[in-house]
Amino acid sequence: MTETVGIVIVSHSKDIAKGTADMVRQMVGSEVKVAFCGGNPDGGLGTSVPLIIDAINDAWSAKGVAILVDLGGAETNSEMAVEMLEPARRDRVVVCNAPIVEGAVMAATEAAGGSSLAEVKAVAEELSAD
Amino acid sequence: MSLQPETFKSLVKVAAEQVIASAPELTSLDQAIGDGDHGINMKRGFEAVLGKLDAISTQPLDEALKMIGKTLVMTVGGASGPLYGSFFLAAGEALSHDRHLPDDLADVFGSGVNAVSARGRSQAGEKTMLDVLVPVLETLRASAGQPDLIGRVRATAAEAVERTAPMQATKGRASFLGPRSVGHIDPGARSSCVLVHAVCASLEGQQ
Repeated sequence: MTETVGIVIVSHSKDIAKGTADMVRQMVGSEVKVAFCGGNPDGGLGTSVPLIIDAINDAWSAKGVAILVDLGGAETNSEMAVEMLEPARRDRVVVCNAPIVEGAVMAATEAAGGSSLAEVKAVAEELSAD
Repeated sequence: MSLQPETFKSLVKVAAEQVIASAPELTSLDQAIGDGDHGINMKRGFEAVLGKLDAISTQPLDEALKMIGKTLVMTVGGASGPLYGSFFLAAGEALSHDRHLPDDLADVFGSGVNAVSARGRSQAGEKTMLDVLVPVLETLRASAGQPDLIGRVRATAAEAVERTAPMQATKGRASFLGPRSVGHIDPGARSSCVLVHAVCASLEGQQ
């Protein structure tokens, strides 16, 4: 099996993150690795850098990982998590500027076709283009 | 302004306790223009710092600041974690590279401010913590070596917080409110002021 870009979903709500991952798996199938996390370190609404790092490592692929986020703190924490990865992985993870649900489905669909990380990110971000 | 290990330890302790004590106020400010989690997030982060206080205070100052930064990054759970975390990580990094206190205080603080600005892709004037940190940095530069430096820094932070009220937010959650963000003090500016005031008080020996 060819390696495909991994997808990470980061929401303030674990339920939204899980629901989004469920939709991706149903619509795209299981050939793309999908990991998700949501909630702050106490389990309340928010995001957590250590959980994001774990999710990136779970979805890891040699082709890289695309992260989809919901609101501001999820983006800031995801960027921080990427910087805290081991140097060899840091450059192969991107945070997509795209709506979380549609972006995750589009990114995973593109990834399933064997596209590069840049192509996956571009397809997700087309959703945010005016 | 020499910084002995015991002084640093009590300074961190006072700062963390002040942030924790201000959590209800930060929450209430954040409920007005944000998502209401700033107080609880900062409390969680600084409780974690207090929990590591012994380990933190036995490190050299640069490593101690980085440890504080990393602790905040890993425990706060909101955008303020990476923002405050980056401040302390960058300040510690500056001290690792041939900067020394107290002579280079403004430079070291400035490294932290630049890191916050880069992390948040924000600048002063956008109703954020930078609206306290940047004026404080300017005072540190302008009044370096003056006998009343601490008093000037304290006054600068207090005035700067108030000046965020009439600003319209263009960054962070408050920007969703647009003009409705006007009239409220920014919670991040307030927490920055709490930290700056705690450090001033600790250095003055008032606590």
